[in-house]
Amino acid sequence: MSDIKQVQEEIIDEFSILEGDRESTIFYIMELGNQLDEFPEEARLDENLIKGCQSKVWLTTEVKDQKVIFKADSNTDITKGLISLLIRVLSGRSPKEIIDEDLYFIEKIGMGNIIGSQRSNGLASMIKRMKLYALAYQSKLNV
Amino acid sequence: MTLNIQHIREEFPVLDQEVNGRPLIYMDNAATTQKPKKVLEALSAYYTHDNSNIHRGAHTLADRATRSFEKTRTYCKEFLHSAEEEEIIFTKGTTEGINLVAATYGRKFIGKGDEIIISTLEHHSNIVPWQMLCEETGATLKIIPINDKGELIMEEFDKLLSEKTKMVAVVHASNALGTINPVKEIIDKSHKVGAKVLIDGAQSSAHLDIDVQALDCDFFVMSAHKIYGPTGLGVLYGKREVLEAMPPYQGGGEMIKEVTFEKTTFNEIPFKFEAGTPNIGDVIAFQMALEFVNKLGKTNIRKHEEDLLHHAEHQLKDIKGFIPVGTADQKLSVLSFLIKDMHPFDVGMMLDAAGIAVRTGHHCTQPLMNRFNIEGTVRASFSVYNTKEEVDKLCESVRKIAKLKNK
Repeated sequence: MSDIKQVQEEIIDEFSILEGDRESTIFYIMELGNQLDEFPEEARLDENLIKGCQSKVWLTTEVKDQKVIFKADSNTDITKGLISLLIRVLSGRSPKEIIDEDLYFIEKIGMGNIIGSQRSNGLASMIKRMKLYALAYQSKLNV
Repeated sequence: MTLNIQHIREEFPVLDQEVNGRPLIYMDNAATTQKPKKVLEALSAYYTHDNSNIHRGAHTLADRATRSFEKTRTYCKEFLHSAEEEEIIFTKGTTEGINLVAATYGRKFIGKGDEIIISTLEHHSNIVPWQMLCEETGATLKIIPINDKGELIMEEFDKLLSEKTKMVAVVHASNALGTINPVKEIIDKSHKVGAKVLIDGAQSSAHLDIDVQALDCDFFVMSAHKIYGPTGLGVLYGKREVLEAMPPYQGGGEMIKEVTFEKTTFNEIPFKFEAGTPNIGDVIAFQMALEFVNKLGKTNIRKHEEDLLHHAEHQLKDIKGFIPVGTADQKLSVLSFLIKDMHPFDVGMMLDAAGIAVRTGHHCTQPLMNRFNIEGTVRASFSVYNTKEEVDKLCESVRKIAKLKNK
């Protein structure tokens, strides 16, 4: 599996084809949302909801072979698309990678302008939550 | 008369811009309308030449500002067809108008065991002040239910009305669905049991002819910014005898006749309810907005907006996955809808990407959304400066978006 930087570069490449056109970009993000893996119905619990998102976002985590696996879902397709990008970059990584890596692709693809301020806050909350999980696992693994 | 829409558009500089690389199509008029040049110029002219505090100054500027301010009151009197200028009170907007009535009339005349009737169609501004009053006084809030088309069920209203009813506060036209309510019937029936009636005209005032004397309502509230005027300004109409019976709302400034540390006597209406320095510049500029509406004529405005709505409905009805919300027989040019299996927020963002400004969400009418068991809708609301070509573009975009999930 390529490292986090490589995946970020791939995403930047994919979005560059859209040439910053907002309409095509949003349609593309929605398409990505539709491709997200099925989320287990039984995990759609309030305790898995992320605060700070205007739309509903559920996130679950588990550790397999010392790698953090994220699964997520949302009631809106655009948010699902955004999550699918985060999962593509962060899921299946070691806690250390998740904590240390700077997610520069978000700014590079101009996400802030595309999704507006409310959704940007939601996206920031998602990243924060994912990094916090990784931090919690890392401290557990070190014990 | 057929309106020259291109000519009208030239009066709205804000419309001449691109958003996200597309020409702006502004269809969020139920939230707020754009302002014609004359309103903008009047605001600037006031601050450039006449800025002064009103009613007390002995100098020329104060005199000019006062005359101009009071001239708007005359305009509002004519706009609502009230009997007297003294029945026109300037507020911050519809919300403040309702709060004023609930806080003054409500606290004085409504008590334990009394009932207040509102409807399922109300926006939060016409729910919360009454809830607060009920909590304070021990009165009870009753709700007129609606049918699946989004119309009030009048038989149920008849059942709710009784000698206990002290206030009926209903919206003239729903902001979320566009439904126009039979307010005349509501007013007449309410008066028979001795209740006062407040009509929330936030949405209706820009489109429907308002005649508070013919309606015989006790209160009518509206906001300037939905009638091409400035934000932060509204009008509360109240019948003279009711206003005179009401205690003041806030203390200070204009509302006072004489103050000693022992006792304060209050000014006459309307000043009794206009505490502090009012929103002078915006009140003056509002004249130009009312002139704009009068010049075009509400009948012509309404005709154009209805044409746009029918033009849209005709194109949208066959789109797979298109679900209209609110299909009342009598409605304003408000198009509320959902697309099957899509979140309204996503639809709104995709329309925005195409340069089309609409509102998404619950439109501050959460109980109404609960009634339909939905989180919210996408709402396109038309105004006099919208064109058939813009409606075509909206429909084209909706078709494209609906296809994503409804193949």
